[in-house]
Amino acid sequence: MAEPLLQLAQLSAGYGLARVINDVSLTLEAGRSLAVLGRNGTGKTTLLNTIIGATRHLGGTIRFEGRDITKLRSDLRARGGIGWVPQERNIFKSLTVEENLTAVALPGPWDVEAVYRMFPRLKERRGNMGNQLSGGEQQMLAVARALVLNPRLILLDEPTEGLAPIIIEELLAALKRITRDEGLSAIIVEQHAQKILGVTDAAIILDRGAIVHQSSSASLIADPAPLETHLGVTGRKAGARAHS
Amino acid sequence: MPGTPTEIATRHLAETSRWKPLEFAFWLVAFGAIWLLPSHHLILNEIIITALFAMSLDLILGYAGIASLGHAAFFGFGAYFAGIFAIRVIGDPLTGLILATLASGALGFITSFLVLRGVDLARLMVTLGVALVLGEIANKMTWLTGGADGLQGVMMGPVLGLFEFDLYGRTAYVYSLVVTFLLFLLARRIVVSPFGLSLRTIRDNPLRARAIGIPVNRRLIAVYTLAAAYAGAAGALLAQTTQFVSLDVIALHRSADVLLMLVIGGTGYLYGGFAGAIVFKVLQDVISNWTPQYWTFWIGLILVILVLIGRERMNHRVAVLWARLRGKPEPRPRTIVGGH
Repeated sequence: MAEPLLQLAQLSAGYGLARVINDVSLTLEAGRSLAVLGRNGTGKTTLLNTIIGATRHLGGTIRFEGRDITKLRSDLRARGGIGWVPQERNIFKSLTVEENLTAVALPGPWDVEAVYRMFPRLKERRGNMGNQLSGGEQQMLAVARALVLNPRLILLDEPTEGLAPIIIEELLAALKRITRDEGLSAIIVEQHAQKILGVTDAAIILDRGAIVHQSSSASLIADPAPLETHLGVTGRKAGARAHS
Repeated sequence: MPGTPTEIATRHLAETSRWKPLEFAFWLVAFGAIWLLPSHHLILNEIIITALFAMSLDLILGYAGIASLGHAAFFGFGAYFAGIFAIRVIGDPLTGLILATLASGALGFITSFLVLRGVDLARLMVTLGVALVLGEIANKMTWLTGGADGLQGVMMGPVLGLFEFDLYGRTAYVYSLVVTFLLFLLARRIVVSPFGLSLRTIRDNPLRARAIGIPVNRRLIAVYTLAAAYAGAAGALLAQTTQFVSLDVIALHRSADVLLMLVIGGTGYLYGGFAGAIVFKVLQDVISNWTPQYWTFWIGLILVILVLIGRERMNHRVAVLWARLRGKPEPRPRTIVGGH
């Protein structure tokens, strides 16, 4: 039987002395995508930061493609196939769009031209500096920059935060193509369940750094009661947006 | 136009490394000065060496974001190495220059691990500390360095066995200019390569750079070593062309001066060091002739005004004026011009 793409076993991590995520265990198969839901401050971002290696490890293991990467440096995790799109986007402001991409590109199907096809707007702005882009363009560039690393797993931290509705639609359509059509595995952190459940295969809900609910996205859409319980969102709204 | 990352990077390299007309003009003037300004070769030699030194600091400050208050450590080390080598081994300038450059690079490599241990203020203190330690070693090892009296008796042979150093500084200027130009070409190639781009990502956000696969520490070590080698080459040129080395080459003010030059000229585009060195040295020369006692006051005042007005704003005014003269549309202010 093939190894899962990502396996977290009793993972605990935090910052300094603070333990933010506690005994988290989950498995993600290759080609599958996972939504990480939860209220503010429940450890969603810390979970992604821990997978990329930017937190203090306090216990448990992280296995990627069967290999224990718990002690591996961030840059080696990235080169090993984990792409990361952080919440703040962190575009390199003094580099042009194209330089942001060429500075990190690794061999594979996702080359600069492929990401330009995915986000034609970036091609139009290829000569612009990172800080001359709109919020939506910066987010597209952040996703594109993760893609040119040709990862097997992409981590997206609140990709729709602060974007205009029309841009969110564009971005979600791109994410759907990346995960569904291209078969790239993804973990997407999102506060607003209704936006992301239509894109992912499965979902977990975090509360106080621990998983309190785990199911397929489809079942959460069909029965949104856990969303109401843990997030306080109405099920009808979540289901309606996800179906649309 | 699809391609592998290497092909894309090569294409990008070709596009970004294309020479601009102003660059041609700058180097034409620099080489033209050999014939056009024969009576100023001594100061020109001093300027070009200082510019090379400033460019070496720009490599770490402008591209990798490493602030240093002790960059003169490598300049001084290169100067002493070249001087001592000429006295004790052989007076051939090129051999001395190459070995001093390599030795300074090696010193940079060793001390780079200290620089990795902190950011900003910690780095300033560490680099300053390294320069102070080396300065004191040079001061105490009188038998080797001449201590406070300076290293005397440096006798240089002719460059390439053909060109003797002369009193008017012609050979010195040509020698320093050619070496600086070659090192500039190499630096120019490096900063537009994917390696150079990765340095800029580190300067912008080291954590993010690491998380997208850039080995931050290794890149910082590499560029620090390279910058130390460049600074050492500048020091060696100074020792060889002036045939004297004093503790002044490693002093704090030399590190501070070169920082000031980058403040004047700007960082992150290689020419900042040249512009800063020219402005600084010419101002120093003119003002110290005019008022030998108070020249530092005026330099300081000019620096304060420059910082208050902002170089970007002045550059923009010049660009607007230039556009008006040519009847072209006025350029919009730029927030980023490939550097700070």
